Amino acid sequence: METLIVNVLLTLMMLAVVVLARTRNLFAVIVLSGLYSFLMATAMVALDAVDVAMTEAAVGAGISTVLLLGALHLCRSEEAKPAHKPWLPLAVTASAGLLLVYGTWDLPAFSDPEAPIHKHVAPRYLADGPRETGVPNVVTAVLASYRGFDTLGETTVVFTAGAGIIALLRRRRRTTADKEAP
Amino acid sequence: MLAHFVDHFDYWAMIFLAMAGLFIVIARGNLIKKLVGLGIFQTSVYLLYVAPGKIVGGTAPIVAEGFRVYSNPLPHVLILTAIVVGVATLALGLALVVRIREAYDSIEEDEILRRDHAPEVTPSRGEGAGGKVVP
Repeated sequence: METLIVNVLLTLMMLAVVVLARTRNLFAVIVLSGLYSFLMATAMVALDAVDVAMTEAAVGAGISTVLLLGALHLCRSEEAKPAHKPWLPLAVTASAGLLLVYGTWDLPAFSDPEAPIHKHVAPRYLADGPRETGVPNVVTAVLASYRGFDTLGETTVVFTAGAGIIALLRRRRRTTADKEAP
Repeated sequence: MLAHFVDHFDYWAMIFLAMAGLFIVIARGNLIKKLVGLGIFQTSVYLLYVAPGKIVGGTAPIVAEGFRVYSNPLPHVLILTAIVVGVATLALGLALVVRIREAYDSIEEDEILRRDHAPEVTPSRGEGAGGKVVP
């Protein structure tokens, strides 16, 4: 039953992406990408990744959509008609996809409890994490305690991106001011 | 054969989503749509990480009385970081798009390339005229 739910959600996501690729109105594209993010968040709940689902719903479907709409406000909202048929990109992506499918052939099946991913580091975190850190949510324990420096690195990345955005948009204001000054 | 299909469908769906995102990035000329495609590529990778950690019959990795089977928490931690970094790159990309739009008055890749290759006089003549000048 759980497998069925996950597969139905994945099929809906594939449908959303196909419609998105064929739509030329950018407002519709952004709304569809928000829909896709919410479907992704629901699939994450079905996959037991509740923390990821919350973050995806808030950041992926919320903030990303707001950012895209803000950028759209400053740009034109209709995509130009493509100049030529996309046969070459289609061939490239189809062949790359077939190679990847060939690569999945001997991967462990979905939710196989004997898969290597369940055998090594995770059982130790599940067994000792709550006792060592005092946090019952193992994801929080790993994120904030065991791998706290990773999270620090992540904030550095976000800070760098914010500094880059400020530099880009500030330069604009100064150049317009320069133009007006003389 | 059917069992193999059901067991590996999540990988194939993820590959389809990744390749659809890559296709949008390559084939579509509009810069905002390219960024949306890049986001689809990114989120498909979240799925590739989280799906193998699932155990049917298990529960979310929050330790409590009465539960013994938990899904794997490690991919969740990695993907939490990836989501935040993904939105940071999206914001930076959109800021670049806004700058490009100001400099070229267009966010279509073909139009931007044409203006780059056109003679020096065309950008100052304003919008619309650039299309008729043969480089």
